[in-house]
Amino acid sequence: MCDVLGLDSDDVAEFDAETGLFGHLPELDSMAVAGLLTEMEDRLDIMIDDEDVDGEMLETYGGLLGFAQAKVAEG
Amino acid sequence: MFGEWTCPLPDGQSSTELVVAMESDGPHKILILPALFDEANKLRRFTLQTMRALAEAGIASTLPDLPAMNESLAPLAAQSLESWRAAAAQAAKELSPTHVLAIRGSALIAPETLPTWHYSPVKGARILRNMLRARVLTSREAGLEESTDTLLAQGMEHGLELAGWPLSADMIAQLQEAEPVASQRSEIIEQKQLGGAGLWLRAEPDEAPEQSAQLARHIAAKLQAS
Repeated sequence: MCDVLGLDSDDVAEFDAETGLFGHLPELDSMAVAGLLTEMEDRLDIMIDDEDVDGEMLETYGGLLGFAQAKVAEG
Repeated sequence: MFGEWTCPLPDGQSSTELVVAMESDGPHKILILPALFDEANKLRRFTLQTMRALAEAGIASTLPDLPAMNESLAPLAAQSLESWRAAAAQAAKELSPTHVLAIRGSALIAPETLPTWHYSPVKGARILRNMLRARVLTSREAGLEESTDTLLAQGMEHGLELAGWPLSADMIAQLQEAEPVASQRSEIIEQKQLGGAGLWLRAEPDEAPEQSAQLARHIAAKLQAS
């Protein structure tokens, strides 16, 4: 996450499941979210469909992590 | 340090575009082809800092604007990867470089006539996917449901504005297919060789002097060994 967003790794280390993402972190606009998802696809070797991307998944760090884990388990 | 070059346009005309040049006494001169679209802005400072670091190592470099990118007034909707390839080929003649450094998406348009470094090359389909995705997300925020597949099909037929970039049908179709140019005289420089994360992933343009210095050092070492 800190790689993709260029966030301070100390900040990311403090993230927990409830940490708000889209709309909460100033760094995340739609282009940055798009970049984040495409980067996740590459690094985790998964495909993310339009339907996968919803408010819940992008709302918190826990949501995004849970989504990524489920996708990797599927693959 | 700022100059002009004559760039061919798709309609057979030509335009005068900006070129940034860093002079040096050494025998080598590198043509730098910039990253494309959004990444061009995010990597502009990185690219200029790389040029400065190269100059300090005695290596000259030139960075031309592609038509419709950076300061260029040419309309983007009239460009395609093919026309950018022609522009890059012309720059490789007119600016008389000895080598090419293609940054990110420029790997799709780099001429094959010169020895080339590709810094973190990216497939056209991936550039396109990012822009399609950004558009779907923005539309969704506005309460409008769009799909990347439908947008892609629409764009390949009629052209489409994606993430603020008006792309021609040709540009979209060519991006969807384009793979980085690989030849025996090219070398890929991966992001991990520079340490840290690529600046194109940042939401805002930023700099990383240690990364640009490392890129310049890598190139200088290769030139010295050649």
